[in-house]
Amino acid sequence: MSTHSIVNEGFLRPEPPLTPRTKEFWTSGHDGVLRIAQCDDCGQWMHPPQPVCRSCQSRSISSTAVAGTGTVFSYTVNRYQWSPTIEPPYVIAEVALDDADVVLMTALIDCEIHAVSIGMPVDVCFAISGDTFIPLFRPVTP
Amino acid sequence: MSTHFEASAVVSGIGMSQVGRRLELDPWLLTTEAALEAIFDAGLTTDDIDGISTYPGAMWSTPGITGAGCDDVRSMLGLRTKWHSGGGERPGQLGAVIDAMLAVHAGLANHVLCFRTVWESTAQQYLGGRSAALNKAANGKILPFGRELDQWTAPYGIGYPSHGALRMQRYMTESGATREQFAQLALVSRANAALNPNAIHRDPMTVDDYLDSRMISDPLCLFDCDVPVDGSVAVIVSQAGTTDSSRAVSFQAIGSAAGVNESCSMMWSRTDLRPPDIDIAEIYDGFTIYAVEWIEALGLCAKFEAGALLEGGARISLNGEIPVSTNGGQLSAGRLHGFGSFHEACLQLRGEAAERQVPRTPQIAAVTSGAEQFSSALLLGAPR
Ligand SMILES: [Zn+2]
Repeated sequence: MSTHSIVNEGFLRPEPPLTPRTKEFWTSGHDGVLRIAQCDDCGQWMHPPQPVCRSCQSRSISSTAVAGTGTVFSYTVNRYQWSPTIEPPYVIAEVALDDADVVLMTALIDCEIHAVSIGMPVDVCFAISGDTFIPLFRPVTP
Repeated sequence: MSTHFEASAVVSGIGMSQVGRRLELDPWLLTTEAALEAIFDAGLTTDDIDGISTYPGAMWSTPGITGAGCDDVRSMLGLRTKWHSGGGERPGQLGAVIDAMLAVHAGLANHVLCFRTVWESTAQQYLGGRSAALNKAANGKILPFGRELDQWTAPYGIGYPSHGALRMQRYMTESGATREQFAQLALVSRANAALNPNAIHRDPMTVDDYLDSRMISDPLCLFDCDVPVDGSVAVIVSQAGTTDSSRAVSFQAIGSAAGVNESCSMMWSRTDLRPPDIDIAEIYDGFTIYAVEWIEALGLCAKFEAGALLEGGARISLNGEIPVSTNGGQLSAGRLHGFGSFHEACLQLRGEAAERQVPRTPQIAAVTSGAEQFSSALLLGAPR
């Protein structure tokens, strides 16, 4: 596990609602650590989080700290304004985490929109919105 | 082997309202136009209709995505029903037709009115389709009446096109398919639409038109997206043998699993027919990538070989080996959410598609609806 920075993007992203099912994911970044739901009994990773394991039906699920590094599984440059606060164009990506078998749908920041490629290594950071810490990813700089 | 319930039901009648951009008409009126045409086409009257099935029915949604519910139609047309079902959690939009088949097979109803009504084009103008997406995240808060799913997309500014774009990008990288190959779906659909007086966009399109069009979410451009419209389609699902069999389209097999590949596998497991038996494919083309996924899932080509099938467009055109979207699809004829494709398949199988009739009246049509985990696939047969 490693800690990652909180970024100030200069605007507020829509704040996800904190529910018993998702609160731990959306607040995990408070200490700079990304956490993913994992089954205590068989190790199955799950995202979005759920209260029962889809492999063994165990109800013992923990929010497990992960490294926060991954690679781009797919990406797109969105040109359309879907949120009043997020100005296009911006890069949306699916990121496969290095140490957890999940793919997160997220946004890439601090990168040229034409410099993204599938397989590109990325690293998590967090944007604060209200009580939430929204995981975003940035290209890993050598 | 499970019961082959598909043989219990037929498509006895079809109807389609006027379809257009910003018709500014009451969606109940569009529904009525389609429903009465379908009932008449089946040789029935409203007194004969004893079931209703629709997607998604009366519900909160983005503006214009639903134009009438079961109760609306029942009371509006004075129907006396024994069974009805409407809802969004179905195996694709055509899950409403599969439900009707089940009701007929079970003896709950003899003649089920299935319909799909959209009025997105008008609703977006007056109620603010785009602004509705924006309002949902007003003041940085996701309003609680939205789908819980929104929390995974709204913080990132992810709209529907980006879902398709992520799949398209991944597909192009893995398969080597090009934008020029994707363009052929738009071009062939447009060429077919030119022969369909009810299609929305009928002007010829070139590869350059496609390549030069506005990017929505790279690599997905404007012409990779279907066209929101106002319109309604109705089909009557009847007990086999109770209506004019010379016009009745048969159900050969259905697939209702969660997933494009899963639905097609299930469909093929329920019939002795094989992919080469498909004469026409009316596939769901909300985005071109969805059409590509259906083409491969149906077995019309091998995985990652759709690009080669689409190359140049000839093989999927009206005179080609496997015509697709013969009415112009949702890309050019308008987003009637799978029901437009179903209507077209029935017209083609009945040999009534006029100028765009595929040569040698097709005997078997594949029709698909939905995408990703929201999917259904059907094989329809010509009247005999
Ligand atoms: Zn488990």
